[in-house]
Amino acid sequence: MTMFLQVALDGILAGMLYAVVAAGLTLMWGVMDVINFAHGDFLMVAMYVSYWLGFLWRVDPLVSWVASGAFLFLLGVVTYKLIVSRCIGGKSPMAALLATFGLSMLLKNLALNRFSPNFLILTHTLLEGRKLTLGGVIVSVPQLVTSLFSLAVFGALYFILEKTRTGWAIQATAMDREASELMGISTEWIYVLVFGIGGACVGVAGGLLPSYLAVHPNMGTLFGLIAFVIVALGGFGSILGTLLAALLIGLVEAFAGFYIAPVFKYVAVFAVYLVVIMVRPKGLFGW
Amino acid sequence: MNELRKGWMWYCLLAVLAALPLCPGLVGNAFSGHVLVLVLLYASMAQAWNILGGYCGQVSFGHSVFFGIGAYGAGMAVVTWHISPWLGALAGAGAAAAVSVVVSYPCFRLKGHYFAIATFAIVEIFHRLFMVWDWVGGALGLDYPMLPDGWASFSWAKSKVGYYYGAFGLFLLVFSVVRWIERHRFGYYLRAVREGQETAESLGVDATRMKLRAMALSAFLAALCGAFFVQYNFRVDPPMVMSLDMSMSFVLITVLGGVGTFLGPLLGAAVLIPLQEYTRAYLSHLGAGVDLIVFGLLIILVMVKQPGGIMGLIGALARPREVK
Repeated sequence: MTMFLQVALDGILAGMLYAVVAAGLTLMWGVMDVINFAHGDFLMVAMYVSYWLGFLWRVDPLVSWVASGAFLFLLGVVTYKLIVSRCIGGKSPMAALLATFGLSMLLKNLALNRFSPNFLILTHTLLEGRKLTLGGVIVSVPQLVTSLFSLAVFGALYFILEKTRTGWAIQATAMDREASELMGISTEWIYVLVFGIGGACVGVAGGLLPSYLAVHPNMGTLFGLIAFVIVALGGFGSILGTLLAALLIGLVEAFAGFYIAPVFKYVAVFAVYLVVIMVRPKGLFGW
Repeated sequence: MNELRKGWMWYCLLAVLAALPLCPGLVGNAFSGHVLVLVLLYASMAQAWNILGGYCGQVSFGHSVFFGIGAYGAGMAVVTWHISPWLGALAGAGAAAAVSVVVSYPCFRLKGHYFAIATFAIVEIFHRLFMVWDWVGGALGLDYPMLPDGWASFSWAKSKVGYYYGAFGLFLLVFSVVRWIERHRFGYYLRAVREGQETAESLGVDATRMKLRAMALSAFLAALCGAFFVQYNFRVDPPMVMSLDMSMSFVLITVLGGVGTFLGPLLGAAVLIPLQEYTRAYLSHLGAGVDLIVFGLLIILVMVKQPGGIMGLIGALARPREVK
């Protein structure tokens, strides 16, 4: 029973992290029907920002998430302005996907070229090695903090979308771009904002990660793929669907990894996705 | 008239490609020979993908699975069963076509990005299963023993000329199939499905059956390319053939050349492969990954500036300018 709870907790913690990575992707997909293939690599960039801040100036990840969040906000905006904005509107829907795949290759290999393929992890952080024990279930504090923080960011994003005027403008743009423009919404500005927010979400999560997860140039690919699967599983642009899909994927990964075999955990994740998508072709909460 | 001229140009191109090994120091030279073989191989792969992705409009990121099954067909035949790689290639291609139909039948219900993501998921599943499947060598893959040179074993240790003609044969097969499709009723059905599935169905085209046929044909030809690839490299393992990057090269070469055009895949491969091989050879002193940095930049540039690819560029240049 303790083992079951331990595995379930691990799955939920991983799921919370996935949720915030996928949230930005959902937003981009929902608002402008674009898949940002470089999204996983954005996470990798955020982790390198936090790692180097920690390594060079001993900034703790608990602080440097601000810097990596801001940096990734800018990276998102620049990506939109230089690449994505020129690939949407009248062109094939695959143009933006392939262009961001090019960006993904660029970021990955720049990291490889500059920072070597080695796995890098921060040591001597504030939370290093701390753990909580609750009735036999062990929780690593850095992971718990990162996951709760991710959940908080997710909550903030949900609040912005549902309760603020900017959020309503984003939702309106997602529903009908032309009508929104007639209502006086600058949809170009909304698009910039969406890419910035999407970047900032992974930036904040990625900033906290190097305290317990090693960063290397290729790590973005798997995170990116899992994020795609979560977004599609949750359904077109549905924020709550993304959260539930992320928790589901986290749990599937943890249980398959423990009860079947570690090598099968991602097979199970992608297989669950395929099965669900056959039953509900637009995702769990898509319409 | 235009049709006649195009046919004439095509046969000229074939004659030049067939005569290329006669030119001294081109195919005989190890490096330029290698680049030429890869150009023909990747052109064939991209054209195989083009049947489904270009003419039928179903953008699949799963073709490395079929490529890999073909590669494993030839690899298993040579390494495990000690029989002719030709039989293995045919069996692999047949298996790939069967797998493609089984896998894509449910996926064809999905539209747009949902279809694309489903094909990513399929690649990841096959990749990870082949990594732990001991019967096909698992993560270690299959290593070829020394083979006698010649067409029977489809391997040549000393010269690239044999491989060049092998790749040329593959190129001829795939491009002839597509040339036939372009003129045949089947090709019109495919393009009708691409332009508007509902409209095509309302006119009596069985869209699902057409998509499945295009998929099976595309997978069969991709698997033959995979078999050539493994014969050329003397080994096969899952990351080599069944990776997402391999899937992407099918797509990128076609897109760079021009999606849904007959010559696009050849032009894309003729630009991209030499660029990749020569940057890898000459810029390696700048550190790891420089060739892929250049590659990534090029993809971004093409998608931003000319999503029609090289064929789109030629079309834009050839179009008479408007009078101002």
